[in-house]
Amino acid sequence: MSEEMDMDEGGTVKKFMFVNRKAPYGTIYALEGLEVVLISAAFDQDVSLAFLDDGVYELVKGQNTKAVEMKNFSSTYRALEGYDIEKLYVERESLEARGLSEGDLLVDVQILSAAEMGEMMAAQDVVISF
Amino acid sequence: MKFAIMINEGPYTHQATDSAYLFARAALAKGHEVTRVFFYHDGVNNATRLTVPPADDRHIVNRWSELAKAHDLDLVVCIAAAQRRGLMDENEAKRQGKDANNIAPGFRISGLGQLVEAGIQSDRLVVFGD
Repeated sequence: MSEEMDMDEGGTVKKFMFVNRKAPYGTIYALEGLEVVLISAAFDQDVSLAFLDDGVYELVKGQNTKAVEMKNFSSTYRALEGYDIEKLYVERESLEARGLSEGDLLVDVQILSAAEMGEMMAAQDVVISF
Repeated sequence: MKFAIMINEGPYTHQATDSAYLFARAALAKGHEVTRVFFYHDGVNNATRLTVPPADDRHIVNRWSELAKAHDLDLVVCIAAAQRRGLMDENEAKRQGKDANNIAPGFRISGLGQLVEAGIQSDRLVVFGD
């Protein structure tokens, strides 16, 4: 089946949105989600990332994971630009509820209201939530 | 319609794989196509043939294998997620110098590109998880 699928791949570009809703540590979702994002860059699709709920913590500057003995992978978000993944949307309400602002984040993002984020999601072809 | 399915949680602890199975079965019964089922995060644990549930309970792994056989489904287990969690096929066990393998019939191990490809080539990608 995979060979059959490979053959008709021919240049389709879809809008993929990866929705990050969980804190970077505590569960593996953020880390494994990022692995999907990096792979998606190889497929020349229209990729964007959304950060909401505790997912906004994934982008906070100055993460230090020494005490929990886990790999600090936050620098990977800075590398996304090199993969031509530049559409990063952060929900304003999620930031505010956590006492955060754009200045606390380690990459350039676009801040959207929950309603705007909803519209953005509705415009996607594929939404994968982590 | 062409459906791709993503399963992000393991068996029995979480209902995600049950819901995905029932969805796949219903879609097939209605004459839709299931292009691929992709197992990610703890979802890879749905693919171990060493699962032995009580006799009066559903056998989650076997019923995926049976559905795959009946409908020629492509059940793909993410290799990176599988390696972390001790899921391997014969080739991978040999490559890693392990003394056993545990992949159930009908499942195959492959990369995350298979998920992105399924998203591109299907009408809908339906995600089952937390």
